[in-house]
Amino acid sequence: MTVHVGLTQFLVVSAILFSLGIFGVMTRKNAIMVLMGIELILNAANINFVAFTRFGLMNLSGQVTAVFVIILAAAEAAVLLAIVLNMFQQINTVNVDEVDKLKN
Amino acid sequence: MNWYDILFYAFALITVVSAAGVVLSRNIVYAAFSLLFTFFGVAALYVLLSADFLAITQILLYVGGVLVLIVFGVMLTNRANKVEVKHGGLTLAPAVLVAGVIAGTLIGVLTTTKWPAASFEPYEETARPLGALLMTQFVLPFELASVLLLVALVGAVIIARREKARRV
Repeated sequence: MTVHVGLTQFLVVSAILFSLGIFGVMTRKNAIMVLMGIELILNAANINFVAFTRFGLMNLSGQVTAVFVIILAAAEAAVLLAIVLNMFQQINTVNVDEVDKLKN
Repeated sequence: MNWYDILFYAFALITVVSAAGVVLSRNIVYAAFSLLFTFFGVAALYVLLSADFLAITQILLYVGGVLVLIVFGVMLTNRANKVEVKHGGLTLAPAVLVAGVIAGTLIGVLTTTKWPAASFEPYEETARPLGALLMTQFVLPFELASVLLLVALVGAVIIARREKARRV
């Protein structure tokens, strides 16, 4: 592999990370594991923003967007974990397929 | 192959392998630790992309904040003797299919696209221009983000409280 590292290599890493995140979100039953998959997806998006900024296809606003993505991820993780804790106290499970109180 | 390429492939390997560990591990604690290495690998990729401020932010917020939250969630919602994670048997095949198709399509498109010639400028610090941008062009999203963080903080506290305490 003697290809010089450029934009494509970074984007390929990000694409692999994104697909792994999608796979995790789809296969996991535990709500915290689903959150981990979502974090992988957000990280993949951030790598894209920073890579485009670095290789001159976006100006520095790409990095500003990445900062906002990190902020949103932190807020989202806090709220999701609060919901999971409440779910665990109320119905004693963290598996998203067993939360079917509203069915019927 | 120069040092930059070698470092890139090393960190990319760490990132991808530990991300695979996150989604494939059967033990939720191992998955959380794999996520640690993924976050560090992504921070290293940011350094290679000369985004110094973002790399530090990544380590401070993801490793110091989000990952600690996740580990707390694991600790509070799992009994000590039951840590294995339930896998969905029926959803495995479609998930492999969908993730594989997405990965194949994305990588195919990315490798065949002719990207415009990259202007690879020398490294310059990004913290100062980022701060200037946040206070000028992006001041509205910046203030909205602070309000959002406050709302998320208060909301998380209220949601996580026990139900009995609310009826007092």
